[in-house]
Amino acid sequence: MNFGIISFPGSNCDWDLYYAIKDELNESCKMISSDETNLDEFDVILIPGGFSYGDYLRSGAIGSLASAMQAVKKIAKEGKIIIGICNGFQILTESNLLPGSLMVNEQPEFISKWQNLKVENNQTIFSNKFKKNQIVKMPIAHGEGNYYCDEETLKELESNHQIVFRYEDNPNGSVNDIAGITNKEGNILGMMPHPERAVETILGGIDGLTLFQSLKNTNSEVIK
Amino acid sequence: MIEEKMKYSPEDIKTKKLYLDMGLTQEEYDIISKKLLNRLPNYTEIGLYSGMWSEHCSYKNSKPVLKKFWTDGSRVIQGPGEGAGVLDIGDDQAIVFKAESHNHPSFVEPYEGAATGVGGIIRDIFSMGAKPIASLDSLRFGSLTNTKNKYLLNKVVAGIAGYGNCIGIPTVGGEIEFDDSYNGNPLVNVMCIGLMNQADIKQGKATGNNNSIIYVGAKTGRDGINGASFASSQFSENEDNDRSAVQVGDPFMEKLLVDACLEINRDFSDDLVGIQDMGAAGLVSSSAEMAAKDNSGIKINLDLVPQRELGMSPYEIMLSESQERMLLCVKDGAEQNILDVFKKYNLEAVIIGKVNENSQYCLTMNDQVVCDIPTRSLVDDVPTYTHELVKPERLINPDTSFDFEVENPYETLNNLLSQPTISSKKSVYQQYDSRVQTNTVVDSGSDAAVVRIRGTKKALAMTTDCNSNYVYLDPYQGGQIAVAEAARNIIASGGTPIGITNCLNFGNPDNSESYFELEESVKGISDVCQKIDAPVIGGNVSLYNETDDHSIKPTPMIGMVGLIEDNKNIITQDAKGSDELVYLIGDTFDDYSGSEIQKMLVNKITGELNHFDVNQEINNQELVKDVIKKSLVKSVHDLSEGGLGVALTELLQKNELGFKGQVDLTKKQLFSETQSRFLISIDSAKQSEFEAIMKNSANLIGKTNDIELVDLELSDGKLLGNMMDLKKSWEEGLTCLMK
Repeated sequence: MNFGIISFPGSNCDWDLYYAIKDELNESCKMISSDETNLDEFDVILIPGGFSYGDYLRSGAIGSLASAMQAVKKIAKEGKIIIGICNGFQILTESNLLPGSLMVNEQPEFISKWQNLKVENNQTIFSNKFKKNQIVKMPIAHGEGNYYCDEETLKELESNHQIVFRYEDNPNGSVNDIAGITNKEGNILGMMPHPERAVETILGGIDGLTLFQSLKNTNSEVIK
Repeated sequence: MIEEKMKYSPEDIKTKKLYLDMGLTQEEYDIISKKLLNRLPNYTEIGLYSGMWSEHCSYKNSKPVLKKFWTDGSRVIQGPGEGAGVLDIGDDQAIVFKAESHNHPSFVEPYEGAATGVGGIIRDIFSMGAKPIASLDSLRFGSLTNTKNKYLLNKVVAGIAGYGNCIGIPTVGGEIEFDDSYNGNPLVNVMCIGLMNQADIKQGKATGNNNSIIYVGAKTGRDGINGASFASSQFSENEDNDRSAVQVGDPFMEKLLVDACLEINRDFSDDLVGIQDMGAAGLVSSSAEMAAKDNSGIKINLDLVPQRELGMSPYEIMLSESQERMLLCVKDGAEQNILDVFKKYNLEAVIIGKVNENSQYCLTMNDQVVCDIPTRSLVDDVPTYTHELVKPERLINPDTSFDFEVENPYETLNNLLSQPTISSKKSVYQQYDSRVQTNTVVDSGSDAAVVRIRGTKKALAMTTDCNSNYVYLDPYQGGQIAVAEAARNIIASGGTPIGITNCLNFGNPDNSESYFELEESVKGISDVCQKIDAPVIGGNVSLYNETDDHSIKPTPMIGMVGLIEDNKNIITQDAKGSDELVYLIGDTFDDYSGSEIQKMLVNKITGELNHFDVNQEINNQELVKDVIKKSLVKSVHDLSEGGLGVALTELLQKNELGFKGQVDLTKKQLFSETQSRFLISIDSAKQSEFEAIMKNSANLIGKTNDIELVDLELSDGKLLGNMMDLKKSWEEGLTCLMK
């Protein structure tokens, strides 16, 4: 699989993702400038965490206007796989590729720790190597991870099984404990926890690697 | 025409003695005008001298003392004197590290003061050519019963988080201590560690006729004008007038600078002659220090310096401490290569001057020369001062009257665990991104933080340490202990100490007692560094830590780095499960002077500092190193503040274990702070092998279990009670006080 990582000015998890994909998942991986306009060569696009453009104005707001995001919209429509992590999730909601938005944490401090998550839906291309309701552990590190959407959208997310991960012991006030969601079509994932930080035992856990391995699990029947 | 020059002529400066307001003394002015220039300096020139000759830039008061540091050792590639020191870690790699204080700014404006402290030390690291890989923060505040101190703690932590998290350098550790002597004068010391290939080392140097001086980064504004001079003077509670002296940070800009400068160092190393950050005393210190290294001349056209505000004077431009600015010296003809890289990162970069061979420091503005002085006079001709040393009364006739009784050791321990200096700092470090860069193996909350070196089996252990109560009771021995305890942290994590940096936070050096404390603790630090082969490779001095003539406790903060050759030897402080055998390493005496139990019971630090034997310390450390290397241990924890009772709780709390055992110590000795001790837990299968190495140095005191009860038989009583309540006191101590 060809992975591409969009590096925005201010991204700081781009190289972490690169090492995770290249050294741990053993797949080909390329860094992409946020000025890039053509992403056709890639099977999977990763939008990394960090503080794109300093997150001035609003987290992810300026990032969503980069040229590469226009290209992401195009290939997303074609069904290519898109994953936004942390700031990447914020960019995806700002780009309207995923519903809802990420607000300042309920306790308005930055929060960085290992977080338990429940696998709510293991029938996605992102989670098919987990068991349903499995408790997995990944680091979170964000100041604005409080997921919010209106009630109608929330109902839709629930009934379409778009919620992939829920927090155990909700750390930031997200509605319905939402930690990660897909779009309706199931090819775009946005999540606040950092799977790329959980890919080696020495770093404290490998549940993140399982997420990336799910992408390679071509035998799985993806049910929405 | 330049307004200030109109306002104050050289004669005005002399007759009105304006230099005194800038922090220069009469003698210093006389040296400048009579010996160095043979004429009266103009306003810009005297301003430059005041910045460059401040303690913060020149170390004029501390230099004679700092010379006493032991700075040798086989790993040293770069000792003190550059932006940061460099150590060889093998395989053609090197590490760079340094610590810096931002105490005064953090009191005036705690968020920005702390944030820009982080930004400043990061620039020191990448200007050496290294990628910053971790940072730590050593903080000290007055008591939390005071609302102002709560505010300062909250804002300082938010500032560190705001800057460090954004720039993507993990904040992996540090320490926080509370003591009333820091009321009105908190300490914010930041340490940063970088990694590089030895071939990539750069120096802050401007040399080579006609080479270009390139300015890059944020525009220069009126923030922090002559802040170096501000940091080198005493504080008054009425500090509002100083507000304009604090700078504002932009971590996004700094992230771009780090990436761009490292790219230049990688791709255009031959074109880059030297690079330095614009820290204290901004443009003048960076340019003058770079030029003075080779006694070069330098000519800068101030009209070309990017400016944020209109009508800035030469004095303001040169002494502004606007953040996120770097100065480069680039080979003549190669400038475009460098400018192109910066352009790619959307950074403003401008050629502002040239190097020449006449050894003069020359500035022009509006086609007029506004400064023309010998380069070296700014950097090398600073007079140094030695001060009278007076041993404080408390050390000559120590008050040894402190005594106490322990009725119920469980209750005492429970109270001690909730003391702010001892209790868990989780609520603080949870605000720091400690795992970005995905190399962090052990983050805050264990004895030392551990960061692995990607692509190798190696890892680095890092810690900051200082017990100011000990230094207060005995500056020499307190200095020794600061290093010894930092080393114990490194050893307990599986590493071998390879070097230190420091922040020497002291009171006004004109006070002979403060100077005595400085001199003695430097000796103590240096002696232990030499014994354990951990040279001093850099550091920072922060004197004048006084508010309204009330001095802080002497606080020589030690930042230490250790090397772990094989990451399978990384070890943490928590016992991993039940049925582990727990050993106490090292002897315990009745050592309560400067202890947390003394502080808790009488809120006063008195007495003669406890006995400390550096050879015993090294012996114990070597034994612990040996059993870790042989993979005989499950956990290792060093004993520090609070003694055995606190260490045992910390060993058990993470995995919520219980303990049953017996030790030949009194109830009081449970709280003794005798140095050179460790707690170790091992798998019982390793007992004979472990004991064969340790012999008499390890005392088996019990076994972990899963019944959540601490049960320790003492010679005159028993420590008995619920483990979960101890954990709760320890976990909630600080958060309760912050409410």
